[in-house]
Amino acid sequence: MLAVTIAGISMKTPVMTASGTFGFGPEYSDFVDLNTIGAIVVKGTTLAPRAGNSGCRIAETPAGMLNSIGLENPGSDEFLKATLPKLKKYDVPIIVNISGNTVEEYGKLAAKLSVNGVAGFELNISCPNVKEGGIAFGTVPQSAAAVVREVKKNTHLPVIAKLSPNVTDIVAMARAVEEAGADAISLINTLLGMAIDTKSWRPVLGNVVGGLSGPAVKPVALRMVWQVANAVNVPVIGMGGIMTALDAVEFLLAGASAVAVGTANFVNPYAAAEVAEGLCEYLKERGLSHVQKLVGQVNHNIG
Amino acid sequence: MPKTVVKASVLEHTLIGPQVRRLTFAAPILAQQALPGQFVHVKVTESIVPLLRRPISIADVNPDNGTLTLIYRIVGQGTSLLAEVKPGGQLDIMGPLGNGFSLETERPLLVGGGIGLAPMVYLAKSLCPRPITIIMGGRNKEEMYWQEIFQSLCRSIHITTDDGSLGRQGFTVDALSDMLSADTFDIVYACGPQPMLEGVARLATAKNIRCQVSLEDHMACGVGACLSCTCAATDGKRRKVCADGPVFWAEEVFS
Ligand SMILES: Cc1cc2nc3c(=O)[nH]c(=O)nc-3n(C[C@H](O)[C@H](O)[C@H](O)COP(=O)(O)OP(=O)(O)OC[C@H]3O[C@@H](n4cnc5c(N)ncnc54)[C@H](O)[C@@H]3O)c2cc1C
Ligand SMILES: Cc1cc2nc3c(=O)[nH]c(=O)nc-3n(C[C@H](O)[C@H](O)[C@H](O)COP(=O)(O)O)c2cc1C
Repeated sequence: MLAVTIAGISMKTPVMTASGTFGFGPEYSDFVDLNTIGAIVVKGTTLAPRAGNSGCRIAETPAGMLNSIGLENPGSDEFLKATLPKLKKYDVPIIVNISGNTVEEYGKLAAKLSVNGVAGFELNISCPNVKEGGIAFGTVPQSAAAVVREVKKNTHLPVIAKLSPNVTDIVAMARAVEEAGADAISLINTLLGMAIDTKSWRPVLGNVVGGLSGPAVKPVALRMVWQVANAVNVPVIGMGGIMTALDAVEFLLAGASAVAVGTANFVNPYAAAEVAEGLCEYLKERGLSHVQKLVGQVNHNIG
Repeated sequence: MPKTVVKASVLEHTLIGPQVRRLTFAAPILAQQALPGQFVHVKVTESIVPLLRRPISIADVNPDNGTLTLIYRIVGQGTSLLAEVKPGGQLDIMGPLGNGFSLETERPLLVGGGIGLAPMVYLAKSLCPRPITIIMGGRNKEEMYWQEIFQSLCRSIHITTDDGSLGRQGFTVDALSDMLSADTFDIVYACGPQPMLEGVARLATAKNIRCQVSLEDHMACGVGACLSCTCAATDGKRRKVCADGPVFWAEEVFS
């Protein structure tokens, strides 16, 4: 009823966990049976270890949060040596979210991490929190396409391009990565935002600006997913503010073939499992045999 | 020790000092497992505003009654909402989180500044009947409601206040310096503002006394997933305050 195949990756449910919000998975194993998750997208991984940004890294905002983690991660060697072996005992697709400073670095990372135990890659061409690379690749269609092409040259595994919402024309971005060979498109990454402390007059975040996520961004995410799903042929993975199964239903109706739960994990550590269970209930109530029956079915007839 | 989320009913919720409340709730599963130094992550409302949970140290545990007690200061939106919860009301509590204090000691010295004294209550209780010495620091006499709490738990209590309205005028670190010269201790535990922790760690290290500090940082997940609260460690790597801490050996995080 819930099983889907996205870009050749078979998942037990269409509910994945969003990069950077679920650690590497085991962090949540006391709450969620990791074997029941659609796919775990692990924290953004870079060639060398990164310490991330200094100063305060999160700020709560109305129905959301800003983060400026700055891609802190142990690096690709440590991922292969320490993390991946631990993840192999779970029966769940592991998708590695990768980030490079240059187009070549994305290629190198993909080649290096194309090993047994990795189901595919999600290209973070949209991180708002790093100086080089990151978001630059995510705002210019040609640059995004170049990253996708380079990664495709270096791996046989499925490649998901993750789009930034911080652009004027999301459809142009989506078409560019599809043409470059992306097997699926995920969106949205966080929306660039800011918070200021009225006592000190200083920015709350050490990095000054950060990425907004959580329920506050859901309408924007939904709109972009709908626009992109209507413009491309590859499957779309929708995310941004999903807290409940009904939120997920909205994304599916808008055209997403799968969804990812992000910030909600912080609030409700059972969220990833509960969204999938709720989805199952919803399908039963509606007398639908499969989640696929929802995808793109938003009804535009008035009245 | 699996982490979990419980729906806990509030049993008691009283003002014990200026803007400071003590909250006791029923959570038998947590009461059986919680160690001194660990914390819980509290959802202060069912609404999505404010969205995130609030980390609060476990200030006391009664395994027989299956209750947990928190002591917290009302500082902003989240703690203000928490303060409104009435006995009989329900709270959504995630825990127990983080790592607690080492209890390997014969002669412990506890140092707590302000609301940093909260986790020291459960620590002191867990160290009984060992002879405990505590240095408590606060802004003024009104903030020294802690005295009453620690009286039955500690053999020796030393107080410092910023304005000198009770005990010695100055900071806990000033008192610590004298005490380390006058007496022998085999461990120093500290919780409070970062400059205090660094000061305590420096003095203890200089005397070759083991020292544990409880750190604090803004955090979202509380389980080591979001990396909001990481800090630089002395080995060049990073530590997560929520999952590797909040209690650290001083030499691990302070050089
Ligand atoms: C491990 C740990 C244990 C703690 N134990 C206690 C305790 O026993 N008693 C107590 O009174 N306080 C404790 N604190 C601090 C407490 O978490 C904050 O005072 C509280 O989160 C403030 O929330 P607010 O919405 O009222 O304030 P706001 O300022 O409105 O909060 C805005 C955001 O910043 C975060 N935040 C604000 N101040 C702090 C802070 N000092 N530390 C971490 N996050 C902060 C909030 O969680 C929230 O996400 C502890 C913090 C940590 C990390
Ligand atoms: C703390 C935090 C860290 C994140 N880290 C990454 C990351 O490393 N790579 C990435 O592609 N997206 C990252 N994201 C973005 C999420 O994967 C997701 O796209 C975004 O948060 C929107 O979904 P949500 O509203 O459900 O959280 C991060 C988000 C948060 C809140």
